[in-house]
Amino acid sequence: MNYKTNIRPAWVVLLMLLGFAIIFILAKRNDTVSPVSQKTQQVEPESKTIFDILSFKNAPENENCLKCHGQSKYTFENNESGKMVNKRMYSELIVSRNDFYVSNHRQFKCTDCHSEDYGTFPHSGNLRMEAKATCIDCHGGDEKYAKFEFEKIDTAFMASVHSQKHSEDFTCWMCHNPHTYKINARSNENLKETIAYDNLICLNCHGDIKNYQLLTDKKKPNLIDKHDWLPNQASHFTSVRCIECHARNEDTLIVAHHVVPKAMAVRKCESCHAKNSILYASLYKYQVEENIQKSGLIKGLFFRETSTIGPDQNQTLNIISLCIFGLTLGIIFLHAIFRYKNSK
Amino acid sequence: MNSHNERLYLYPVWIRVWHMTNALLCLILIITGLSIQFSNPSTVVKFKVAVSVHNIAGTILAISYALFFIGNLFTRNGVFYVIEVKGFLNRMMAQFRYYTIGIFRNESPPFPVTVNSKFNPLQQFSYVALMYALVPLVILSGLGLLYPEITVNSIMGASGLDITDLIHLAAGFLITIFMCIHIYFCTIGKTPTSNFKSMIDGYHESH
Repeated sequence: MNYKTNIRPAWVVLLMLLGFAIIFILAKRNDTVSPVSQKTQQVEPESKTIFDILSFKNAPENENCLKCHGQSKYTFENNESGKMVNKRMYSELIVSRNDFYVSNHRQFKCTDCHSEDYGTFPHSGNLRMEAKATCIDCHGGDEKYAKFEFEKIDTAFMASVHSQKHSEDFTCWMCHNPHTYKINARSNENLKETIAYDNLICLNCHGDIKNYQLLTDKKKPNLIDKHDWLPNQASHFTSVRCIECHARNEDTLIVAHHVVPKAMAVRKCESCHAKNSILYASLYKYQVEENIQKSGLIKGLFFRETSTIGPDQNQTLNIISLCIFGLTLGIIFLHAIFRYKNSK
Repeated sequence: MNSHNERLYLYPVWIRVWHMTNALLCLILIITGLSIQFSNPSTVVKFKVAVSVHNIAGTILAISYALFFIGNLFTRNGVFYVIEVKGFLNRMMAQFRYYTIGIFRNESPPFPVTVNSKFNPLQQFSYVALMYALVPLVILSGLGLLYPEITVNSIMGASGLDITDLIHLAAGFLITIFMCIHIYFCTIGKTPTSNFKSMIDGYHESH
């Protein structure tokens, strides 16, 4: 054998590894999405959306309200002094036009939900006592909205820790602002965006001390510290919705609303990284079905039953592996028998 | 060609230490890997324990592989893995014929072990495939699963993590198959145990 004319395989592998590293770095450049940039992706397109506001059905009428409530200050004439006065608008009374006109309720006029009496200024003090409609008030029992299963959501929410602990203070609006709410899980094909959008709803209170304190006198826990037991924390935060572990998942509801007390939250890796995992119940079940139709051969053929790491196996591959393994042992066994007989 | 009963010093200490470490780690990784893959409450090794042990053993294996890799770049041992392409297929077939027919007719092995040629063509092929394809694949994919953040998000529309997982499982499975065959073939020596002894004292006994 002439060693000098041949190359040691280790050098070949080393070169391949180098090439692989370059491809890897290039590929990572294209698809790295940090939690921060996800948040920006989520928020910025809406705030930068350019559209003709007046093209919306009730926009001209809504402008009567938004000329004050659409900005951080409002101006009125003082009847006694006759002077124009600028006042700061309370932040919770501000409705962003950009957010409202991309929301699900964008075709509504303000007085569809609020009293007609708001048409006069200054508004009567009694109007503050106005009862606010909940989702069920409009969407309950309506065939048109049956697929959204508002009644099931309402039942799940009523059983949730949010409803149980905070009584009537905690309404749908705590998480779904009717002025800005936009359907997401069903319409967005970008899984990461859906996850970021849904988690932002939780973080609005659990990540913001000002909103958190509106509902409780408890000290707000540090979410990073509370989840320090979680391996690959950053990945979990960007790839899993809070509700996957903190709400009871039901097959029929795409978005679980039965948020459970923290002691009942999922803490076992196997619950997700295992056969029949809870993730199959909602979002991922929906996504996998969609993916088989959309993403073609590789995913459709090989990853029908797989989710992430662990035992969500492809049964066909299992059977093939078992056959190869059995065959190998069988051949070894026969070979050994023949050798033994031959040696006698 | 060596005379009968010649003892050749073929396995220096570093090779033997590496080989034993590797064998032990592979066994641990196969057992814990199976426990993770087929995890259920009745699995012999608990999921949490299996994951930790698998991660630690995998990391040590990667380090041990790096030492093997460097060793074979710069020491004489790397020469045994160099494949002479010309006529290699025929030589492999000759070795295959020996294992399937010749061995039962008490023929002499077609490629006896010498100081310059430690492996027969089939060994050479399988060891190169194992050490320079499967093991690097299993280590790199393992790294991608250990730190999912570094894994590419999508490859041709499929999840990067799923592909990495599949590569890891497939490579791990093939290594397991290799181990079964490797251990059995080690019984084909001067005596059924002589090759195992070689890996302890470093001397190969020709038959």
